[in-house]
Amino acid sequence: MSQTDIYSGGFADPAVAAAHGFRAAMDVMARPGERREITGGIAPEGLSPAAASLILTLCDPETGVYLAADVDSDALRGWITFHTGAPLVSADKADFAVGGWAALMPIDQYRIGTTEYPDRSATLVVELTEFAAPNATLTGPGIKDTARMYLPDLALLQRNSMLYPLGVDLFFTSGSEVAALPRSTQITAEG
Amino acid sequence: MSDYNFAYLDEQTKRMIRRAILKGLAIPGYQVPFASREMPMPYGWGTGGVQVSAATLTPEDTLKVIDQGADDTTNAVSIRKFFERTAGVATTEETEKASIIQTRHRIPEADLREDQILVYQVPIPEPLRFLEPRETETRKMHALEEYGLMHVKLYEDISQHGAIATSYAYPVKVEGRYVMDPSPIPKFDNPKMEMAAIQLFGAGREQRIYAVPPYTKVVSLDFEDYPFEATKAEHPCDLCAAEDSYLDEVILDDQGGRMFVCSDTDYCRTRREAGHVGRLGTETPLQTGPEAA
Repeated sequence: MSQTDIYSGGFADPAVAAAHGFRAAMDVMARPGERREITGGIAPEGLSPAAASLILTLCDPETGVYLAADVDSDALRGWITFHTGAPLVSADKADFAVGGWAALMPIDQYRIGTTEYPDRSATLVVELTEFAAPNATLTGPGIKDTARMYLPDLALLQRNSMLYPLGVDLFFTSGSEVAALPRSTQITAEG
Repeated sequence: MSDYNFAYLDEQTKRMIRRAILKGLAIPGYQVPFASREMPMPYGWGTGGVQVSAATLTPEDTLKVIDQGADDTTNAVSIRKFFERTAGVATTEETEKASIIQTRHRIPEADLREDQILVYQVPIPEPLRFLEPRETETRKMHALEEYGLMHVKLYEDISQHGAIATSYAYPVKVEGRYVMDPSPIPKFDNPKMEMAAIQLFGAGREQRIYAVPPYTKVVSLDFEDYPFEATKAEHPCDLCAAEDSYLDEVILDDQGGRMFVCSDTDYCRTRREAGHVGRLGTETPLQTGPEAA
């Protein structure tokens, strides 16, 4: 799957692949807890096809990307620069932050928007080794009754949703699948 | 078709719109500023809706476009043709078969499903704009959740007319936080906004995008003693006899003759094809659908 050549691994048919990528991203952001396939992008070693495809779908010279230490490499930096032109920035300036959960922390280093412009906030792309068994019950916009999902740190994410309408939004990626947790979702621990 | 990038807009513009849609979905009812482009149609003809549709379409989608409920009016026909040419997508007039529905000022009568997307064309996205013209002030009012002025406006309706006279673009509160303009849909449609489909709103001239995810709480503003009422003309449809649909009044002559017909043309046609006949209807329905010559 992965390779180290920074020049390959982009979308074969950019307009159509990005349209499919966005539909997956929109579906999961509108329906917290659900998962969708997102494919087409192949980044150098260490990044899932889902995260690579999200980056190709959403990033360009207008969006700062922060790479957490566990995924940061010259090859990935080169790949993102070549395929999207996105500037690589520090965490506090990032529009998109990519990496494993532990490496992305602390969460309060990211922009959460301002009361007048809550949209000026970071979106985290959290790489998971797998979508583990659900440990949280979700309610809120996009959810009919309740949804269930695995989340890495419940207390921290509950704090994020308490900031509403401020806060960060999160995509979770593993393999070729993506799920999302917008700031509007209310989280309760299971069990 | 090959003369255009898929769905007309360039990829960087689509990415910018897509990022705005994602933030809009994460903050339901909040108006996300976006760098609206000039489109090959004038402002007021749905340039916001068209840009949102262009950023959302995939080649497999089936697009339906309605203008005040009708599939066969100028605005609907021209936008449908636009996407047939620039995106090569299939189009339909049947609500059931559409995966994306772009609408001007109506919500279809049929319940929308989870796999459908409703895109609204919005003229003035700011519900407070006619009460407070300064953007800097309305932005502060949203930030502070200061919506007293809107209630004063509804109260003044009651004190002048004895009831809340606002009949379209009736303000709603989304998920208990943002007051939102539902676009100039009749207030009859407001209760339908708690639906299974994703709702996206595009205002081209005003450069705002906002969104309502499925099953989001959308409450029409009102008072305990003057509760919100979804009103329509007190008639059945004269063509299909529907009692539950929003009606247009059509003047027939200068002697006071008039008829009421469903504003949703697809809903009306489906009912007539199923054998429902209204006061002025005929047993053999007029061929107004896609099969019409």
